[in-house]
Amino acid sequence: MAKAYTPGLKVSARTTHRVRRLLPIPGDVRVSTGDVVSANDVVAETFMEGDVHPMNIANRLGCSPAEVPTLMLKPEGSAIEAGEPIARSKGIFGMFKTEIAAEATGTLEQVSATTGQVMIRGAAIPVQVKAYLAGRVVEVLPNEGCIIENDVLMVQGIFGVGGETEGDIRVACADHEQVLTPDLVTPEMAGAVILGGARMTVAAIRRAIEVGAAAVVSGGIDDQDLKDLLGRDLGVAITGNETIGITVIVTEGFGDIAMAARTWKLLASKAGRRASVNGATQIRAGVMRPEILVPLEAGENEGEVDPTIAHEAGALEIGTTVRVIRDPYFGLLGQVSALPAEPAVLGSGSKARVLEVRFPDGGTAVVPRANVELIEG
Amino acid sequence: MHADATAASRLDPSRIKVIVATDCGSTTTKAIMIEEVDGVHRQTHRGEAPTTVEEPFADVTVGVVNAITELQELSGRRLIADDGTIIRRDSIDDPEGCDIYISTSSAGGGLQMMVAGVVREMTAASAKRAALGAGAIVMDVIASNDKRKPYEQIQRIRELRPDMVLLSGGTDGGNTTQVVQLAELVAPAKPRPRFGSAYQLPIIFAGNKDARPEIERVFAEQPDTTGGFDLSLVENLRPTLEQENLGPARDRIHDVFLEHVMAHAPGYDRLIDWTDAPIMPTPGAVGDILQTIARTQGINAVGVDIGGATTDVFSVFDGVFNRTVSANLGMSYSISNVCAEAGMDRVLRWVHLDMDERELRNRVKNKMIRPTTIPQSAEALVFEQAVAREALRLAYQQHKEFATTLKGVQQQRTVGDVFSQEVGGASIVDGMKLDLLVASGGVLSHAPRMHQTAMMLIDAFEPEGFTTLAKDSIFMMPHLGVLGSVHEKAAMEVFERDCLVVLGTCVAAKGEGRTGKPCFSYRISGGAIAGGEASGQMNWGDVALLELGVGETAEVEVNPVRGVDFGNGPGKSVKRTVKGGTVGIILDARGRPLVLPEDPTERRAAVRRTIDAIRLYPDKEAAPAGA
Repeated sequence: MAKAYTPGLKVSARTTHRVRRLLPIPGDVRVSTGDVVSANDVVAETFMEGDVHPMNIANRLGCSPAEVPTLMLKPEGSAIEAGEPIARSKGIFGMFKTEIAAEATGTLEQVSATTGQVMIRGAAIPVQVKAYLAGRVVEVLPNEGCIIENDVLMVQGIFGVGGETEGDIRVACADHEQVLTPDLVTPEMAGAVILGGARMTVAAIRRAIEVGAAAVVSGGIDDQDLKDLLGRDLGVAITGNETIGITVIVTEGFGDIAMAARTWKLLASKAGRRASVNGATQIRAGVMRPEILVPLEAGENEGEVDPTIAHEAGALEIGTTVRVIRDPYFGLLGQVSALPAEPAVLGSGSKARVLEVRFPDGGTAVVPRANVELIEG
Repeated sequence: MHADATAASRLDPSRIKVIVATDCGSTTTKAIMIEEVDGVHRQTHRGEAPTTVEEPFADVTVGVVNAITELQELSGRRLIADDGTIIRRDSIDDPEGCDIYISTSSAGGGLQMMVAGVVREMTAASAKRAALGAGAIVMDVIASNDKRKPYEQIQRIRELRPDMVLLSGGTDGGNTTQVVQLAELVAPAKPRPRFGSAYQLPIIFAGNKDARPEIERVFAEQPDTTGGFDLSLVENLRPTLEQENLGPARDRIHDVFLEHVMAHAPGYDRLIDWTDAPIMPTPGAVGDILQTIARTQGINAVGVDIGGATTDVFSVFDGVFNRTVSANLGMSYSISNVCAEAGMDRVLRWVHLDMDERELRNRVKNKMIRPTTIPQSAEALVFEQAVAREALRLAYQQHKEFATTLKGVQQQRTVGDVFSQEVGGASIVDGMKLDLLVASGGVLSHAPRMHQTAMMLIDAFEPEGFTTLAKDSIFMMPHLGVLGSVHEKAAMEVFERDCLVVLGTCVAAKGEGRTGKPCFSYRISGGAIAGGEASGQMNWGDVALLELGVGETAEVEVNPVRGVDFGNGPGKSVKRTVKGGTVGIILDARGRPLVLPEDPTERRAAVRRTIDAIRLYPDKEAAPAGA
């Protein structure tokens, strides 16, 4: 038995899932332990200090910075409106006075006699955190947020763009191998989480945006299509803040690749059900993968055990189902048929620990252990 | 079974015989053991384990103990006590424990800083140099003249979540207004530190000393609702325009790193207690060892560490140290950015095989989202090494633009300088003056053939004249950097004997000429050169490999045609003693700057000639497609 170097993504028919819903700065938590919440409920909120707008009064009035405090029309801490005079020069013999109007609305926070600069602090910015996942509040973190728990069907994707959203699952493709094209996206899919199959085209995603879908989930996407969609080449896989009008989740990878059959069947079986979806991906320290969560009823999907999870999680042994995640066998699923202990020389000339995979057609290939991932349950 | 010896006596170099050092990286904690063997310090064993900063462990010392346990198993020397701590021995006869334990760290994202200075090209540039030299990742540089409006600067400061801020500006005795103005932008923006709202954000002020009272006022005035600031004042890093004084700011950054940043990272309070010397940020330690090498050997050196997300370049030219971090140039997490920044055309110019661009773009993205995979086929390797060349080239280009003479310094000119266009701000990185180029990082260290490592370095860095090429055998430079702070002699002994793997010497012509026309002739004698001597003619576009083994040297004389320079000036002969290595001597007549033919067929033929001459991918044709 040996450890797999690449842990697989979670595709689970039923699992107890917890989400931490935290404010960026301390604030008020609106729920209590035991409360049942829906995805759109606000669970915590606060106000962030407003933006600061600096104005150099000394430069504008042509006076020394030391004079500025005496020329201000209002004391520090006063509320001011944009356009309202806030400073006035002494003028010449009391005539020809120059007034400076505030450039922003807010509070006069600071007047510096050293630099002649004043700071106007804008109105506080409200920040709300929604539940995201329908479920029960199991813990309140005072002033910070809460933890929500529910039993869900969970699918982790490999990559996504766009943030948190929710919608009913609508199946667009006939099976996991069908390419998602625009003709499969219909107006009835407004507000829905569209389930594709294999690769999704940029035209299909654009059509989904057009009909007002919440999200689209499919097996693969072409890099060129992603570039067209975002309007730029994505350099680093840190996503979630895109504002393209939809959340996109790729379950397998880039290129022509079908969604894993089991993943597709699980999601398709929940057609019409509400799903919480998040495309945020971060593949550096603290790996974050996109996810699709479908809250389940009591007893639903219970006892449904996938044959591939009969093995100990994280362990590689003969018979374990793996997916090859690098060319030349990229995307192929198979079962481990041999685990040689000694490192082998690859076609690239590198020496690495390898395993042998038997594909469903009976063919076998030797691949580096670093290039497979376990299909976890 | 801790030693009773005081910390001071423990650090006495004469009694340091067994050293354990770790480097806690983002993903792996690497431990090495150094022992005195026959009066010389040698690296004897190494172990590694996953870093355990993240959940479920959330304690860095778990990974450290695991890595040292591997050392213990390999060496047969007991290093970990029953209580899980590292054993120090009382006497040098004790068969258990080590004499000192030291560590570096880049786990948890390393040290992230924001720097600010009044003028972007002067005090802000000096502040950035100080922060980078200390091993930080510089998130942004705020300057009065950075073309952003003040409210945009404040907005940016608010978005960042730095571990600390370095503020500079003004020369001593000069105007204080502008630097205070800058402080007035930073203070109300209240940057939120990564470690939560209770953390007091450290601000290091290293500007005009006359501004100190005002700076203290500005940062003290802020209400304490967000944790407030922890202001420290150090000597001005630019006391006069002509002088840079980065030492005090760098030292303070290291102190703050330990006191604040490390203390908030999981398990580091224990690790700090364990170590016998202050924990250093990993890149800071690499920079220190490179400076030690350059100083003790009297050479100019460049080091590069190419990782998955970033590429660090270090240089020492005429005693001046510089470091840059190219944040999004790397071989896994950032591989897609390399292709976007360089352009796929520039990546593919190094490739001699047919490749489908659409397919390659998808492969690049698949590597980005599954960063731990390795190239299986020869084609995948060729492509990955092409990307590496571009990542290294871009990182070096950024380094050259950053490592300059001081800007803003008045130049004294004589009549002789009338035709010289040199101004302040010229790059001090000079390919012709470069003596040693050291490589580290997966794609360079783990290349199946060291010839590939050598050619990636040559194509990306374009060394001119005579340059020794080497690689860090097992990425030991961080450990040796921190060891150098307590036992420089031991650090240098290990560096020369165990750390560096010399690849050989690159002998490259500077100049341009027509392909196929004579460029230079050469004569090589000594070493294990076949027949004791070799000579020949190199035409423009040629590359040749002459074997000269590890530890051997040879005399190389080159006679260039008119206009071609090897260090003695255009057209002048040069004779040098060169080092052999695992690759040998590479003669490069492709010219500098290195330009490949524009016509795709000619370019591919030129690349193939180089590949054949250096025997870069000898097994390529024989290799099965999949295995």
